[in-house]
Amino acid sequence: MSLTATIAAATIKAGDEFHAPSAGIFDLPSIADSGITKSMVLVTFSAVLILGFMIASSRKASVVPGRLQFAGEMVYGFVRNTIAREAIGSEKFMKFVPFLFSLFLFIIVNNYYGIIPLVQLPSFGRIGYIVPLAALAWLVFIGAGIKKHGFFGFLKHATVPHGVPSWILVLLVPLEFLSNIIVRPFTLTLRLFGNMFAGHLLLALFAGGGAFLLQDGNIVHGGVGILAFVMGIAVSFLELIVMFLQAYVFTLLAAMYIGEAIADEH
Amino acid sequence: MISNVVIAMEAAAEEHNPLMPAVPEIILGTIVFAIILIGIWKFVVPNFEKAYAERTQAIEGGLAAAETKQAEADAKLAELEKQLADARHEAARIREEAREQGAAIVAEMREQAQTEATRIVEHGKTQIEAERQQAVTSLRAEVGALATGLAGRIVGESLEDEARQSRVVERFLSELEGAK
Repeated sequence: MSLTATIAAATIKAGDEFHAPSAGIFDLPSIADSGITKSMVLVTFSAVLILGFMIASSRKASVVPGRLQFAGEMVYGFVRNTIAREAIGSEKFMKFVPFLFSLFLFIIVNNYYGIIPLVQLPSFGRIGYIVPLAALAWLVFIGAGIKKHGFFGFLKHATVPHGVPSWILVLLVPLEFLSNIIVRPFTLTLRLFGNMFAGHLLLALFAGGGAFLLQDGNIVHGGVGILAFVMGIAVSFLELIVMFLQAYVFTLLAAMYIGEAIADEH
Repeated sequence: MISNVVIAMEAAAEEHNPLMPAVPEIILGTIVFAIILIGIWKFVVPNFEKAYAERTQAIEGGLAAAETKQAEADAKLAELEKQLADARHEAARIREEAREQGAAIVAEMREQAQTEATRIVEHGKTQIEAERQQAVTSLRAEVGALATGLAGRIVGESLEDEARQSRVVERFLSELEGAK
């Protein structure tokens, strides 16, 4: 049963009062009390989707691509050339392409779950799935930086800007350390989570509220209800863009952090 | 009246802060991402990279081949142009030669014609001279006979003796010539 329908049903039964969907709509009850939730199924299935499509499209990769290979290559080329090579530089980017490509695919598929009819739950509205991704991105860029500059070399590279008078460094170094090393995984996580979470709430609100108003019996309310549905559709299109954009931004930032960490100059 | 679903949702919302990650989700996310990463790393990226490399090579090979072809074509063109120039040169030379030869032939022909004409004129002259001589001889004989006949008639005496007759004629003629 789709989430929208669930909420609509819930709001109708609620009678006179409209209860706006809250954060609780992400806490779906586990399936048959097994502790397995809908988002878990979706996340697991995303691996099947991603690997199935990507392996099928690359298995017989040839000089002249077929339709499937062309589609796969478009996504791969986007991450490889537009994100990884641009952000890391054409010498060392290949080492990080598998990680960035996987990251992009994993995020974009799980984001688009939010807009597919009947699925309609962006699994990354659950922060738990994003935490390992951000942690891994953090480990990769820190690790690449330490491998390139050495531990203290990297610390200096990441926190001490060039061409700054030494008395300012007292202020600047802790700030740089905070923003370049401590805060990054949190901002990565929260940006993606916040977008998916809020987008889904917004859709649920327009759909649920529209359904409630339409069945209210009042003709003015009905009109507003239709307007709410129209808004819901508009927001769905907005979400289509946001879902892609967040996958892109997450991957791009991870690539930029790596590129910055292994750059020769600050 | 509030439905059971909404109660369940709100109860869950109260007990769970959406910013707090759930441990099972972290574990599952890590495992699923690891699987995707390994699959992509082992099976997808190498194949795409291989296709990329092959494509690059195919394009570069095509370019190199095209360059070779171009160079060959340039060489051939230069050769042909050289041949054409040679041929023009040769043609001019032949034309010049032909003109000279023609002039030589005309001159030779003219000379030959001149010689022939001279020869014909000479021949005509000789013939005319011979004919005149013949005419003179026969005329002399005829005039002699006539004169003899006439003199015989006049004299009344037939000069039948040939030897005498011709002697008389000779004498007459030489007298005639002597009188001239």
